[in-house]
Amino acid sequence: MKKNKIFSLKTLALASLICATSIFSTGCGSSGQGSSKVLNVYNVGDYIDESLITQFEEETGIKVQYSTYDTNEMMYQKVKSGSTKYDLVFPSDYMVQKMSREGMLKKINFNNVPNYKYVDKEFKNTKYDPTNEYSVPYMWGTLGIVYNKKMVDKAPTSWDDLWNPKYKRNLLMFDSVRDTMGVALKRLGYSMNTTDPKEISRAEKLLEKQKPIVLAYVNDDGKDRMIGEEAAMGIFYSGDVPLMKGENENLEYVIPKEGTNVWTDAICIPNTADNEDWAEAFINFLCDPEVNAKNAEYIGYSTPISQGKNKLPEEMRNDKTLYPDPSILKKCEPFLDLEDKIKLYDKSWIKLKSF
Amino acid sequence: MAVLNGFTLKWYVELFKNETILSALYYTVTIAIIASVVSTIFGTITSIGIHKMKKGKAKSALLNINYLPVLNTEIVTGVAIMSLFAFAKMDFGFNTMLISHIMFCTPYVILSVLPKLRQLPDNIEEAALDLGATPWYAIRKIIIPQIKPGVISGFLMAFTMSIDDFIISFFNTGNGVSNLSIEIYGMARRGIKPEINALSTLMFATVLVLLFLANRKESIIKNVANRM
Repeated sequence: MKKNKIFSLKTLALASLICATSIFSTGCGSSGQGSSKVLNVYNVGDYIDESLITQFEEETGIKVQYSTYDTNEMMYQKVKSGSTKYDLVFPSDYMVQKMSREGMLKKINFNNVPNYKYVDKEFKNTKYDPTNEYSVPYMWGTLGIVYNKKMVDKAPTSWDDLWNPKYKRNLLMFDSVRDTMGVALKRLGYSMNTTDPKEISRAEKLLEKQKPIVLAYVNDDGKDRMIGEEAAMGIFYSGDVPLMKGENENLEYVIPKEGTNVWTDAICIPNTADNEDWAEAFINFLCDPEVNAKNAEYIGYSTPISQGKNKLPEEMRNDKTLYPDPSILKKCEPFLDLEDKIKLYDKSWIKLKSF
Repeated sequence: MAVLNGFTLKWYVELFKNETILSALYYTVTIAIIASVVSTIFGTITSIGIHKMKKGKAKSALLNINYLPVLNTEIVTGVAIMSLFAFAKMDFGFNTMLISHIMFCTPYVILSVLPKLRQLPDNIEEAALDLGATPWYAIRKIIIPQIKPGVISGFLMAFTMSIDDFIISFFNTGNGVSNLSIEIYGMARRGIKPEINALSTLMFATVLVLLFLANRKESIIKNVANRM
């Protein structure tokens, strides 16, 4: 008897769930994938001048639906599952490589992207997309040392300075495997993409030595900590530096003389895309020098399009943080997708963090 | 950024001009309200059912299943629900996000209602039926009023959980539908806009006022009860 009652309750609950679903799918469905076609753009939050989206919509009559994510890895999961169809995504270099290797990206038809000719040639045939088929560079930058002029007596010039015991408990490192391990590898003169276990373990030892000097391994909160003068030095991405300098004028950025990581965020069309033509139109729009300059000015990162860069305000154009000398860029390298070998890094990283 | 340079009301104005944030706020509140109401109803019905079950394997199995979404890491729950929706070939968007919220809110309601049911005298509804109440009348007039505090705290818990949740929402939303937590996490990599700070103060103030009112209401009820 009692069992029967439970059963009827369960069926009742199930029935009402189904009812609710069907009501909402008819009632509110229009807000999602509605009847009119739209271009679905998936980007990191606050990573485009949104007035440009309006401009694009007005110029072409294509409606853009803009959604945001926070990390490459989250975006990867979402696109991989195929749960939502996106027409454009903005992965970083190593992620472009990984996604194209796994067949998650569509080849871009460059006949529809005439403005691709404006992209500087250093950003073509890159290591992460050697055949130039899957990606168009969007923004780029470097990894370097931000220091507080008041708190250090000699400006750092080399990665060695991050091991100077004088700055005990006064140093911020990234809570990210590739970046922090990469710094140690670069100091040892190795490639940041090495898969040699010996080199990786040497880097790990070096970071162990550094640990007493480190105040904290930080994420985005590091920016606030530097601005609040909690630490004298830290590693940061060049793109965030103008923002930090704006809040605290004592901060300065330097790329160590050994070279560093240079990263690129790219625009790609995932396999799930419905509207490739429109996606290509949007890529083409973003590569237009006028549009590109406006976008780069809003975001504050470096643009891979010189003609766009030349339209930037003078202080941005001549900023050595954003556009370092070519001589130092020659010593820089992008992070590559290490496939399975990334486990070596993870192992070292876990050991280091629990050390 | 976290450095205080002075005071301005500019960002409140900007906030009400920012369509992205406003639509995110709309979805956050709508989903939180619907999800918490629905999961309160489901949870209350379910916990009455579980309470009335005979002690045994079935009951403990049900209770254990109920613990799953509570104990599991959010990312596992989120990806699992996403896979389920993808398997069912559902369109991702408002519906999927709402269903996932109802799903992870319901166990909390059950967990807050069950103890209240255990406090009830064993045969209270039999007494009501004896005195001529119909079963539905007994639930409405006898059981529900007695477990009300549990239901209300379950509702509030569901509401806050729904507003707070990022990971499950992220994996179960589709194009054009995002809530505040998705927007804020999306911005985190590039520094959070001052509009969000303005919104946070507004939300904080709203919650504070609501709490204040709720507490006052309680004391008013107490006063009336004392007089009677």
